[in-house]
Amino acid sequence: MAYDAHFRVWRGDIDGGDLVDFTVPVNLGEVVLDVLHRIQATQAGDLAIRWNCKAGKCGSCSAEVNGRPRLLCMTRMNLFTASDPVVVTPLRAFPVIRDLVTDVSYNYEKAKQVPAFSPQPREADGTYRMAQVDVERGQEFRKCIECFLCQNVCHVIRDHEQNKPAFAGPRHFIRYAELDMHPLDTVDRKQMVQEQAGLGLCNITKCCTEVCPEHIGITDNAIIPLKERVVDTKYDPLVWLGNKIRRR
Amino acid sequence: MVIGAGGAGLRAAIEAHRQGARTAIVCKSLLGKAHTVMAEGGIAAAMGNVWHEDNWKVHFRDTMRGGKMLNNWRMAQLHAQEAPDRVWELEEWGALFDRTKDGLISQRDFGGHRYARLAHVGDRTGLEMIRTLQQHAVALGIDVFMECTVTRLLKDSSGGRAGDSARIAGAFGYWRETGRFVCFDAPAVILATGGIGKSYQVTSNSWEYTGDGHALALQAGATLLNMEFVQFHPTGMVWPLSVKGILVTESVRGDGGVLRNSEGKRFMFDYIPEFFRGETAETEEEADLWYDDKIGNRRPPELLPRDEVARAINSEVKAGRGSPHGGVFLDIASRRSTDYIRKRLPSMYHQFAELADVDITAEPMEVGPTCHYVMGGVEVDADTAQSGVPGLYAAGEVAGGMHGANRLGGNSLSDLLVFGRRAGESAARYATKLGDERPAVAESDVGAAGRAALAPFEEEGGENPYTLQGELQETMNSLVGIIRTAGEVQQALTRIAELKQRARRLTVQGHRQYNPGWHLSLDIANMLRVSECIAKAALVRQESRGGHTRDDYPQPDPAWAGVNVVLHEVAGQVFLIKQEIPPMPPDLAELLTQEPTKEA
Repeated sequence: MAYDAHFRVWRGDIDGGDLVDFTVPVNLGEVVLDVLHRIQATQAGDLAIRWNCKAGKCGSCSAEVNGRPRLLCMTRMNLFTASDPVVVTPLRAFPVIRDLVTDVSYNYEKAKQVPAFSPQPREADGTYRMAQVDVERGQEFRKCIECFLCQNVCHVIRDHEQNKPAFAGPRHFIRYAELDMHPLDTVDRKQMVQEQAGLGLCNITKCCTEVCPEHIGITDNAIIPLKERVVDTKYDPLVWLGNKIRRR
Repeated sequence: MVIGAGGAGLRAAIEAHRQGARTAIVCKSLLGKAHTVMAEGGIAAAMGNVWHEDNWKVHFRDTMRGGKMLNNWRMAQLHAQEAPDRVWELEEWGALFDRTKDGLISQRDFGGHRYARLAHVGDRTGLEMIRTLQQHAVALGIDVFMECTVTRLLKDSSGGRAGDSARIAGAFGYWRETGRFVCFDAPAVILATGGIGKSYQVTSNSWEYTGDGHALALQAGATLLNMEFVQFHPTGMVWPLSVKGILVTESVRGDGGVLRNSEGKRFMFDYIPEFFRGETAETEEEADLWYDDKIGNRRPPELLPRDEVARAINSEVKAGRGSPHGGVFLDIASRRSTDYIRKRLPSMYHQFAELADVDITAEPMEVGPTCHYVMGGVEVDADTAQSGVPGLYAAGEVAGGMHGANRLGGNSLSDLLVFGRRAGESAARYATKLGDERPAVAESDVGAAGRAALAPFEEEGGENPYTLQGELQETMNSLVGIIRTAGEVQQALTRIAELKQRARRLTVQGHRQYNPGWHLSLDIANMLRVSECIAKAALVRQESRGGHTRDDYPQPDPAWAGVNVVLHEVAGQVFLIKQEIPPMPPDLAELLTQEPTKEA
């Protein structure tokens, strides 16, 4: 079952780079990350790859394989025919550091801007009581492993670098949604998500949902409900009327 | 300064910050990627939400018995007492645990725990925990320096008060992104670096687990405790080879899964040790009743502590009753509904479907032991988490003592929280008390650390670090693995000595910017140091206990029952002494003799 695969791996840094060809043995059941590790161990010791768990749980090894954003550790080699080259390139929406490693600090900066969780007080008996059905809504979004594939594929920043300051991206929209649905949280972030996080820039093309390795319903379960909630508050005729009257 | 951003590191930093200390976290990977993220089953804490009979005393007893009584009893006590508060605190910071019918935090069954005790979120509890702590730390504004690796701890050169030269003064490291060096001035350093699993070939641990904290502590003059105790988790994936070692959570068994050999037999009934006979079911009928009635029935043998189950699997495979790929079968498909499995074990379902083409709701999994956790670690004071070096603290897996000879599942996440908090609190207090008498880093030490780190670039025609790492992993796996003998361990020590020599002449390709070959060549020194400690301690402990099994001494030896193996380093050489464990106070000892059956 072992065969020699043709890998084309992008190597370079912020100043530029190129695809480099490798011929490397592949064994039954391997994933792309195994093959890249073999290249590292035998042909290019300094090939930069970011990875940790190698089990699809930490979201470190995001890259693009044949143009599609993927986790390298969850991309089985049997997806490809033995004769076709496998092209591995870094995430495109973030600046390259070296080879397959990109600077994802944008995501961490956006995370800092989310107003923190702030719980209501405990019940009289000192507990918090929540129904399973209520926590499950938020749990879906907390499955996020922060691989940032959704951020990488989102047109709003992939094709328009200039949007980054005004746009938090799908990863953070599910965070806003999760907090909004959290049975204990007391903060209203609806204005924030619209005005500072740029929810309105999303035109629900669902690319984020498609690449999510955790199969989170990013668009349907987080972004669309959030948009509806924002609209409800922003354009509620009663609230509008109330504001008018109070301002007088 | 906290080194490591897993559960222990984050919890320590949060506490130090709360105490008013200026706090920084330094971590090898990006924030949120630490190994805690891999924890699946849950956090053990006797909250009594599911079984009102549960309390800290039962948890303490389970922990001590699981650890074969070698645990630091004070740590086991603090851990059992404080774990519930640490879980409730996570809830206050936004964690969304699964719930009971009346809305409380749900708790699940796990090996060695008398009652369903693990707070959980499906089978991704570690992710929930790290995300909660990460988001809380970010909200507090704690500085996080990511992708920065510490290579050396620095000691005081201020020549201040007499006898203070042994104090910690800071740490030296490099930024992965640029390869540039950085020196941190810090009077208090908390090691929260996790474990050592990457020294083994088959492991559930990530590349980060190279024993950095263990090695840094040794080098700084601290002592390590009981390094011979390495936990092999009974259920790692065995096929395909690419995923060999990846963890299959104990929750599969806690939720009803059973182990079978190639003859279809539930073989664990043949491996019930005398020590646990009183609390383990003898028939399949009794075992199956236990899931719903824990008071009237005894625990299934599949839920014996991990060391017992791992050894049993090893024996079955050796006896020729293994699965096609050298493991045994873990079957939940025939015992629970598809809905139940997908709800309780979503990550396992996903993992097997994607990586092994196995549908765990329809067919059994193939599993076998994988190197998972080191019980040994930095010797610390139970209450303060301080090591023998003033200003140096350790919490989580890098610290020793808490789990004795074997850790129970679920006790790791609670350990991180309980002792992370304690380390953060005492480190902050220590740093504050210093006032103006802060220690100072010596320029010459910084220079020496820099030269050592650059050595692999000087060498030409030396060895490939990846090859050397592979040889070490193979050595540890085959000679200091799950079953050990004096001859093999000695052989391992000889090989480690050779590898140490060869590791002085490593050559790396390329330049300093994000260069994994260079990073590995520096990690190897730590891996070798720690492997030597494990092998030396394994050789001296002539008995079998918990995570240390000697084929030539197959029984526990009462003479070793109260003895720790303590390691320290002088001029690059590892020495070890035997140290008596202080006697347990009567009120704690009493808890161990009580049979908790049918009393509340």
